[in-house]
Amino acid sequence: MSARVDDYVDITDVVCPITFVKVKVALEELEEGQILEVKMNEGEPIQNVPRSLKDEGHQVTQVVNNEDGTFTILVKKDGI
Amino acid sequence: MAVNYKELKQGGFMRQIQKDNFSMRLRIVGGQIEAKHLKKVYEIAEKYGQGYVHMTSRQGIEIPFIKLEDVEAVKNELTSSGLQPGACGPRVRTITACQGRKICPSGLIDTTELAQEFDRRYFARELPHKFKLGITGCSNNCLKAEENDLGVKGGMKPEWIEESCTFCGLCEAVCPKGAIQVQKKDKQVLLDESKCNSCGKCVKSCSFDAWGGKSGYIVYFGGLFGNQIATGRQLLPIIYTEEILYRVVDTTLEFFQRYGKKSERFGLTMERVGWDSLEKELKEISR
Repeated sequence: MSARVDDYVDITDVVCPITFVKVKVALEELEEGQILEVKMNEGEPIQNVPRSLKDEGHQVTQVVNNEDGTFTILVKKDGI
Repeated sequence: MAVNYKELKQGGFMRQIQKDNFSMRLRIVGGQIEAKHLKKVYEIAEKYGQGYVHMTSRQGIEIPFIKLEDVEAVKNELTSSGLQPGACGPRVRTITACQGRKICPSGLIDTTELAQEFDRRYFARELPHKFKLGITGCSNNCLKAEENDLGVKGGMKPEWIEESCTFCGLCEAVCPKGAIQVQKKDKQVLLDESKCNSCGKCVKSCSFDAWGGKSGYIVYFGGLFGNQIATGRQLLPIIYTEEILYRVVDTTLEFFQRYGKKSERFGLTMERVGWDSLEKELKEISR
């Protein structure tokens, strides 16, 4: 990941709904426009967490398939 | 006077093993009941039943232990409060539905409204055998479209909007069918329509609204989940208008009325007479 990242959270060790909760808690610590890096599992987390982030007004700006059953995404707080 | 059990059953009163006791089914649409009606259900269960209700497998409510001599009184109490008895026997049954896009973030169609329209048009229509209609809002399939005689599932045909795309790669990651390829370096997005299952997950998740699309109805025919089990078949591409959807349901019910044998479920009629003829009729009317 090349972009500037302000914080990082790993949610590969938890399941729904704690996945999204951990991301929300991490985002609360950030200012508008700051970037959170999130590592998550393939399957249910990658299908649901980005959609829930969108519903709450955040933006997923980058997605990398780590080719090991996980994805790393960048989330911009409160979109804009 | 002899008791007409058949007529009682038709009107939602099902015989119990206890002589002259009936489990009364209510007409519920899309799994919803107003709170004031629920209060009436409570009152009837307390006054005429044994103070409890049974929740059926298809979102229905039954009040057991209604006595034969109370049937008329219960019917009157129901109708005066705006409730109605349900249907059993060889006819269109309770229309089931999930909460759909008015409530659920995953929903692609307004299932509640569609269930109400289906109920107005088709509820209790006489057919060779029971006929179940169910509506689910998306491919998560909470309401199990394929197990109904005719099931409807919300779908969406995605369209890529190049000027909004940032090539972040999210749609490729969320697509459960591997139908999307994001070529970040070349700034290209490829959609393999033959793999796309119209689930709409790309559209729902894109932060930049670089996927748009039209929502529609995917229809499944001939599902069974009782004595025999069969998965409903999709015979048509996704349907985009309610008008065509109703035409498809009308044609299907008429087909079953015409070719179905008494006590033969729709899916088994189709196995006997062949799916081709129905598919041909449906394709003609859904053009």
